[in-house]
Amino acid sequence: MSESLSSVAQEVASWAIPVIILAIVVIGAIRRVKIYESFVEGAKEGFTVAIKIIPYLVAILVAIAVFRASGAMDWMIAGLAPVLRPLGVPPEVLPMALIRPLSGSGALGVMSEGLKTYGPDSLLGNMLSTMMGSTETTFYVLAVYFGSVAVRRTRHALPAALMGDVAGIAMAIFICNVVFG
Amino acid sequence: MMNWIWLGLLAVGIVTAAFTGRMEAITKAAFDAAKTAVELCIGLIGIMALWLGLMKIAEEGGLVQALAKLMRPVMRRLFPDVPPEHPAMGSMLSNIAANLLGLGNSATALGLKAMQDLESLNPRKGTATHAMVIFMAINTTAITLIPATVIGLRAAAGSAHPTSIIGTTLVSCTTAMVVAVTTAKLLGRAKRFREVQE
Repeated sequence: MSESLSSVAQEVASWAIPVIILAIVVIGAIRRVKIYESFVEGAKEGFTVAIKIIPYLVAILVAIAVFRASGAMDWMIAGLAPVLRPLGVPPEVLPMALIRPLSGSGALGVMSEGLKTYGPDSLLGNMLSTMMGSTETTFYVLAVYFGSVAVRRTRHALPAALMGDVAGIAMAIFICNVVFG
Repeated sequence: MMNWIWLGLLAVGIVTAAFTGRMEAITKAAFDAAKTAVELCIGLIGIMALWLGLMKIAEEGGLVQALAKLMRPVMRRLFPDVPPEHPAMGSMLSNIAANLLGLGNSATALGLKAMQDLESLNPRKGTATHAMVIFMAINTTAITLIPATVIGLRAAAGSAHPTSIIGTTLVSCTTAMVVAVTTAKLLGRAKRFREVQE
């Protein structure tokens, strides 16, 4: 059952982009849009936008890298573990919860390491997978998106996004305890 | 806010490194991260160009507007400050759809287009508008129907049920999004954040 669902999912994913591209181009042509000229005109912006993001991304990725490589991340995890254990939060998932908003590749690393150590179908394995899939790399997204329009005063965006992360992680732990525990 | 977080990450990291004797490691990590940041952006140029090109066609062909019209009731409630006919509505929807399908980089490209469109409505350049904050709340908690990367990694790790986490993932990311959007809406009314806007 889950095998076939997985292959259906992959099939859908591989068809989605080509079908969307074909639909856009064909409908554009039917509506008498000069599709080639329009494409080139739109594509020109791609370069500017991508370049504009660089300084923001350097700033945020360097800060996160320094924080992680210094060992401060490990200390934070060690400090939080005794507080969270009584709440049903296994200390093994703390690295994931803390790293997920900071670094996508870091979180991917933590997840694959965890799957190897605890087994993908264990409670911890399922919990780590759910946490991985349920939130985004918040700091990266904020840096890139706001950077592209040169917004520096981000107002309540970060608190709102972090509240979402906390809620997502908490729900992942809770629901996995219920479903897989 | 970003100023404090940035200072905190750097200062705590460097002071910790002094105690753990990892000065060399953090230097290397910082330089590597700087390089990675640029490589990420360079890698984004091609896919940005592809999607922005296609979006231009979709816009001129009326596709984006049709999508926006369909979703108008929801979008109007979420983004009361954005005129319903504005191109930002269409590009935000394209981004949300791409996120649902788990299209990663394509979603980013479309999201950046949406930010450009929202910026055209911004009376105070350099300061996020309320609509931008809501859009970011949706984006940083992006709901994915099929978390393809996670499923792939689980399968690679020898899982008997690689897709078993689809349900739990959907529940927790929906929770995350509802909380993030609600927080953004509530904080938007708080005096502290309102003053910056007006």
